[in-house]
Amino acid sequence: MDLAISFDLTVAWALLLATAIFIYVVLDGFDLGLGILYPFFPKKSDRDLVMNSVAPVWDGNETWLVLGGGGLFAAFPLAYAILMPALYPPIIAMLLALVFRGVAFEFRWRARDNRRFLWDAAFIGGSTVAAFAQGVILGAILQGIEVDGRAYGGTWWDWLSPFTVITGVAVVLGYALLGATWLNMKLAGEPQEKARLLAWRFGLATIGSIVVVSLFTPYLDTAYWERWFAWPAILFAAPVPILVGVLTLALFRTLTRGGHDAAPFVIVLAIFLITFAGLGISMWPYIIPTEVTIYDAASPYKSQLFMFVGACVLLPIILGYTTYAYWVFRGKIDPEKGYH
Amino acid sequence: MLDQFDALLLARFQFAFTVAFHFIFPSISIGLASYLAVLNGMWLWTRDEAYLRLWKFWVKPFALVFAMGVVSGITMSYQFGTNWSVFSDKTGPVLGPLMAYEVLTAFFLEAGFLGIMLFGRERVGETLHMVACLMVAVGTAISASWILSVNSWMHTPAGYTISEDGQFLPADWLAVIFNPSFLHRFAHTLTAAYLTTAFVVAGVAAWQMLRGADKNRATRTMFSMAMWMAALVTPVQIFLGDSQGLNTLEHQPVKVMAMEGHYESHPDGAPLVLFGWPNSEERRVDYAVEIPKLSSLILKHDLNAPLDGLDSVPEEEWPPVPIVFWAFRVMVGIGFLMLGIGLFSLWNRWKGTLYTNRWLHRWAVAMGPSGLVAVIAGWVTTEVGRQPYTVYGLLRTADSVSPVGAPAVGASLVAYIVIYFVVFGAGVLYIFKLINHAPRMDEGGAEEEGPLRTSGVTPATEVGRDAAIQGGAAE
Repeated sequence: MDLAISFDLTVAWALLLATAIFIYVVLDGFDLGLGILYPFFPKKSDRDLVMNSVAPVWDGNETWLVLGGGGLFAAFPLAYAILMPALYPPIIAMLLALVFRGVAFEFRWRARDNRRFLWDAAFIGGSTVAAFAQGVILGAILQGIEVDGRAYGGTWWDWLSPFTVITGVAVVLGYALLGATWLNMKLAGEPQEKARLLAWRFGLATIGSIVVVSLFTPYLDTAYWERWFAWPAILFAAPVPILVGVLTLALFRTLTRGGHDAAPFVIVLAIFLITFAGLGISMWPYIIPTEVTIYDAASPYKSQLFMFVGACVLLPIILGYTTYAYWVFRGKIDPEKGYH
Repeated sequence: MLDQFDALLLARFQFAFTVAFHFIFPSISIGLASYLAVLNGMWLWTRDEAYLRLWKFWVKPFALVFAMGVVSGITMSYQFGTNWSVFSDKTGPVLGPLMAYEVLTAFFLEAGFLGIMLFGRERVGETLHMVACLMVAVGTAISASWILSVNSWMHTPAGYTISEDGQFLPADWLAVIFNPSFLHRFAHTLTAAYLTTAFVVAGVAAWQMLRGADKNRATRTMFSMAMWMAALVTPVQIFLGDSQGLNTLEHQPVKVMAMEGHYESHPDGAPLVLFGWPNSEERRVDYAVEIPKLSSLILKHDLNAPLDGLDSVPEEEWPPVPIVFWAFRVMVGIGFLMLGIGLFSLWNRWKGTLYTNRWLHRWAVAMGPSGLVAVIAGWVTTEVGRQPYTVYGLLRTADSVSPVGAPAVGASLVAYIVIYFVVFGAGVLYIFKLINHAPRMDEGGAEEEGPLRTSGVTPATEVGRDAAIQGGAAE
């Protein structure tokens, strides 16, 4: 298998789109994670804090999902046209789940006290279902999608398999871990202690699920097997599990010692990055594994170029003001700052 | 074959339902974002606390509307693929980049500065906070321009070639973006969003005044501002609508035939059908009330100009005539009612009865949702009028749909209907709760009454003066 990368526009777009999806996964990952963790914070005051910690930024986080969809439509329209019908039920489930958890951010503060539990439930259910659906979507793409000409060729239940259920659960656990380490950074005192404990538990669960998914993946398709275990590909692939192992040790060390507020979150981001890169190695150069390569699906040069120029100018600006927004609301959430 | 037909109809209904719901929220959030920027600017300029109070009053419903717009919009960006995958495959190279630009230039801008706008006044200082308000307002307008460029291209495609695979390929980006109907549609739709918001604001203010808050300065201020919009912008909007109509006549004459209910050609001057029931089977308008030659005068500026009718095109090229005909009349009718209340407000302003004439206030309450109805009616006119095509004249709706079975489309449609009504119904109730009372002296902003509560930064409350006045208006 030839792993040499020729840097053309299509590759650049694949990398750009992968970057956008990765940014989405970590940003919305931790705020979906907060919804998944909500049941562990039954007290209203704690729930207020947890939601406040992302209230000013969740909207921007979710915009990366729109960029992911829009970018796929624009740069790889054929892949978009095949994947969306193939993944119809999990995509619709994700979108509707995001409706619930998105409005919960606003509605929760407007509901009467005796109705608030409804929007808490919407926040928990919406976040968990959206995360699970995203995991299922990932798994379904990895396990392969039937293509017929320029369209999806399978039925509408093909996406469901033991593997996709495992990847769904894995993503829920991973987002919960991200959320827990975020809260460890943003909260203080007793809620922070709780977040740290949760980070421990979900850390173990996440690492376990990464191992299970990783062991499963090479058996799905021979290409993955060769990718990971054949010489010389293993030279590229081997650092992935090694790095994940090292980072895992570092995560538990920082969680055990205490006093580290930001470190666990940053380490989990790094674990996500490495795992994501591992997925990239598995899939390259396919956008729909073993059926459609990025070149097959690419929109014409003129379309990709037009957007690429804009993306090169605009993405740094976007990252700039997004960082600024995070900076404005930096630091611990102060529980003393008023609750009527 | 029957199954395919059902899936097509369900997919069309799903798109119509989800986009009509979605359209309501940006129509208001585009207008409110600009209104909030104006209010904040007026507060910084005049230091009149009524403006700050109004800002704090309207920013809360704005946050709700914005959130509902975001979540219903994410749905739209994926629906092209889930239900219209053939359309996506074929138009992706041309339309995809425009949508990507919408995300890059508008969505991120709005979302990035929204948090600072809602919660950041105390943290970033007033200047940067004003910048954030402006960025959100500008972002909503930029977003409208891209999506309307996409929509206009589907009506008046330009700047493309067609590949062997049947994909549309970009040939000239400027021609794609500034396609022949874009600027007309953009001006008309953006103005519609501002007017819609003005009538919502006017309706809320009038409601509060009828409930006893007619001395509340903030309520008076917003009523006056909204009535200026009604009086000055409605005539502009009617002019912009006329110009879009003429543009449609040039590029999509069949749509205009359906709007006018002209089944027959009129070689020497076409009548304007005011009302009637279009009967496509008999090819005539039943119970028609007509004014001779007026349609030719409006469309061609000549009483005797010939106008072709639907008999000049094959029936399979017709849009569903009654829907287009009636949706158009609803939109135009509301436009003239808006003009009427605008003129009536000028009369009352001149007589000094703007804040006391209860008939004006009752009319304004009744007109509160009128902009939303007009926006949806206008959208139905133009979109149903584009049928039977998705890309006008080039790609048929029946050839655009995904290979997804009717059960899947039907199930998701039911889910959308149930969830949208429950979730957005609740949202509308919360908005009613927020706007039911007149802006109080101690009106809290989003940061005090919403997420990130930080009490103690509320400006000093002067409960005394306005409290009694507002008593009647409070919940």
